[in-house]
Amino acid sequence: MKTIELHRTITDSNDRDAQALRDKLSAKGIFLVNIMSSAGSGKTTLLLRLIKDLKEKAQLYVVEADIASDVDAVAVENAGARSIQAHTDGMCHMDAGMTADALESLLAEGSQSGNGLSIVFLENVGNLICPAEYDTGAHRNLMILSVPEGDDKPLKYPLMFEKSDVLVITKTDALQYFDFSMDKAFERVKRLNPDIKIFPVSAKTGEGMDALEEWLLDSAAKLKEA
Amino acid sequence: MHELGVVKHVMKTIRDVAEENKVIRVGSVTLQIGEVSGIVNEQLVDCWNWFREKDDILKGAELKIEVMPAVTFCENCKKEYETVKHGKICPYCGSPNTFLVTGNQFEIKEIEAETEE
Repeated sequence: MKTIELHRTITDSNDRDAQALRDKLSAKGIFLVNIMSSAGSGKTTLLLRLIKDLKEKAQLYVVEADIASDVDAVAVENAGARSIQAHTDGMCHMDAGMTADALESLLAEGSQSGNGLSIVFLENVGNLICPAEYDTGAHRNLMILSVPEGDDKPLKYPLMFEKSDVLVITKTDALQYFDFSMDKAFERVKRLNPDIKIFPVSAKTGEGMDALEEWLLDSAAKLKEA
Repeated sequence: MHELGVVKHVMKTIRDVAEENKVIRVGSVTLQIGEVSGIVNEQLVDCWNWFREKDDILKGAELKIEVMPAVTFCENCKKEYETVKHGKICPYCGSPNTFLVTGNQFEIKEIEAETEE
């Protein structure tokens, strides 16, 4: 027996798969957004609103995990995006391998939008712990926190807030019914992650959606130009 | 379960390393896991013992876990303290302005293996 020293992080093999997938998507100009949230955060309503508002401006895809999926594939297709099924085999998170498998045929055929923009929304498994630890190969991590969940979530799930590039605070139309302080939420999140972009929105009334949609289109356009 | 995914990723890395090093059989794998990494070590070992039997070179390989203590630093009074005992609030001055120095590691340290050479 001999000893082989490794000193590699446990996510090392996944990190490499993730970078390979990100490079492939970038080369095709396909912008991948990893969406993480707890169940019941308003993901479906947000996605359907985004599809409705953006379908004329970009080719849209939604990848759904097979367990704990909140998003209805039929509703997604009816709204104007293409739905893609991913297989997690009962795992509590999506990793780069699963994401790559789900996107295989899309990558093979390439973007259908010609010179237009392509955005893929990856619906990760609905919890705020495990998905934060695995790079899916996405260009950006987007996290959803809904007003009813409370402004103390950054204290309970710090890693998720640290790993996210964007935080969307949903259900702002319900603010008057909950003890949710937008100031406290901003302060707690920014302490964990000073660079994070925060978009408070109501997918129901449309309030705040413009800024989020502009960010999505901008990011997809920058990737295409690069 | 979270530990299931961790075991699958560890095994994938070891299979890659085994191929590079012409390993015939792995005797043991040593992980370094921080006290606050969120891993339940007993469950990790259970998952490992179940999965290792399905793999030719990992069959019977022992999983060893080195637990790495967690330490938090207080920016207010500049002292370090044990994270697991006191949490986020500094026990010396009561400040919440603290950060984790070490204790969320998640590393494969080394493997013991029989190789072709």
